[in-house]
Amino acid sequence: MSHVWRPLWVVIILVAGVLTFRHFYVPKDFGVQEQGYMYGFHRLSNEKEWMNFPISYKFSKDDSYCQQCHPGHVKSLLASPHAIIPCEDCHGPALNHPDNPPKLQIDKRRALCLRCHANLPYPGAGRNVVPGIDPVTHNPGQECVECHNPHNVMEGLQ
Amino acid sequence: MERRNFLKGAIMVVAGAAVPMSALELMDPRDVLAANPDLKWAFLVDTTKCVGCGMCVKACKTENGIPWTANVSRTWVERYVVTKEGKVWADCPKQARDGFTSPLLDENSAGMVSIQPDDIAKGFFVPKLCNQCDNPPCAQVCPVGATYKTPDGPILVDRTWCIGCGYCIQSCPYGARFFHPVLHVADKCTWCYHRLHHGMKTACVGACPFGARQIGNLRDPNDPVTQAVLDDRIGVLKAYFGTKPQAFYIGLSKEVD
Repeated sequence: MSHVWRPLWVVIILVAGVLTFRHFYVPKDFGVQEQGYMYGFHRLSNEKEWMNFPISYKFSKDDSYCQQCHPGHVKSLLASPHAIIPCEDCHGPALNHPDNPPKLQIDKRRALCLRCHANLPYPGAGRNVVPGIDPVTHNPGQECVECHNPHNVMEGLQ
Repeated sequence: MERRNFLKGAIMVVAGAAVPMSALELMDPRDVLAANPDLKWAFLVDTTKCVGCGMCVKACKTENGIPWTANVSRTWVERYVVTKEGKVWADCPKQARDGFTSPLLDENSAGMVSIQPDDIAKGFFVPKLCNQCDNPPCAQVCPVGATYKTPDGPILVDRTWCIGCGYCIQSCPYGARFFHPVLHVADKCTWCYHRLHHGMKTACVGACPFGARQIGNLRDPNDPVTQAVLDDRIGVLKAYFGTKPQAFYIGLSKEVD
């Protein structure tokens, strides 16, 4: 019977090897979770890992966080049509500011303003509600903030 | 036995036998609540409010650490321009990372296309992101169990377990998945799962100045998103795939799919 047992031993050792490897390699919480086999086959602790992914943006309601230290800027912003723009859209992520980073990188480039204010001739689009300019003819090469106050845009040209 | 009593008894026996055993079972309220968790996220996009500034894409890439220069993004904004002859143009340069600042349409290998303003019948912007489908084909096809649906809706990728085979990227009918160029795993929009679980809105919702993007909890009847999904005229993308997308759209046009 040794001609049967010899290949059988090879198979038994292979299967045992795979099972042993699997036992140590696959995490204990890996398996079919409450969403079922089709959509919920995963390592349960990964959900917690995603919940703990680092946050960058604060996006506080009515800019109340920014107001604590910069009341003047927030006040003039809230009095202008730019009140709808969150501070962090131009000033960058500020979750742990002023601890980290102590100074925010402000995007003052012309390209930032053109995101909304470059005129596009689309009937019915929300873009038409925003006052627009033609970036090719409207003071090309100059930064918008040289003339316009980005906080209170109604303040007039500087 | 009287004929009347016999008929009465017979009717009662038949009626009693018609009640299935399961109807008499007492239900444990905890089981019912567990099957109906308190959270079920839904996304609402009002395309009529979008101006194509792309602030959402910028915020998403920064928040989630998606390489700025790579042509991949978890969310993107598409521009549609329909001419009076009925021709439909669409573009999405760099996933609208820098917004739409030029009237020229980026048609890739066909070059930049200029359309005369007088020829334009309508033009509009459509923000897109993962629909977090209730029947997610991406989670179904994963051969190793690296991607899955969470109990409250969003579909996540286990970055330590993904082998990068790309099967899920191909299976998504919305093109919402991509290969992360640095981590070499499949990546996708999570509806900022980390922010949601700290009581915050997603980065794209927070960044949108015009309120074109909203996220809400479908289990909360007072949530504005829930009310819009229940009462307003909403649509979903590619409903014919049967994926049951959970991102709902206001103002979809027939050119959008």
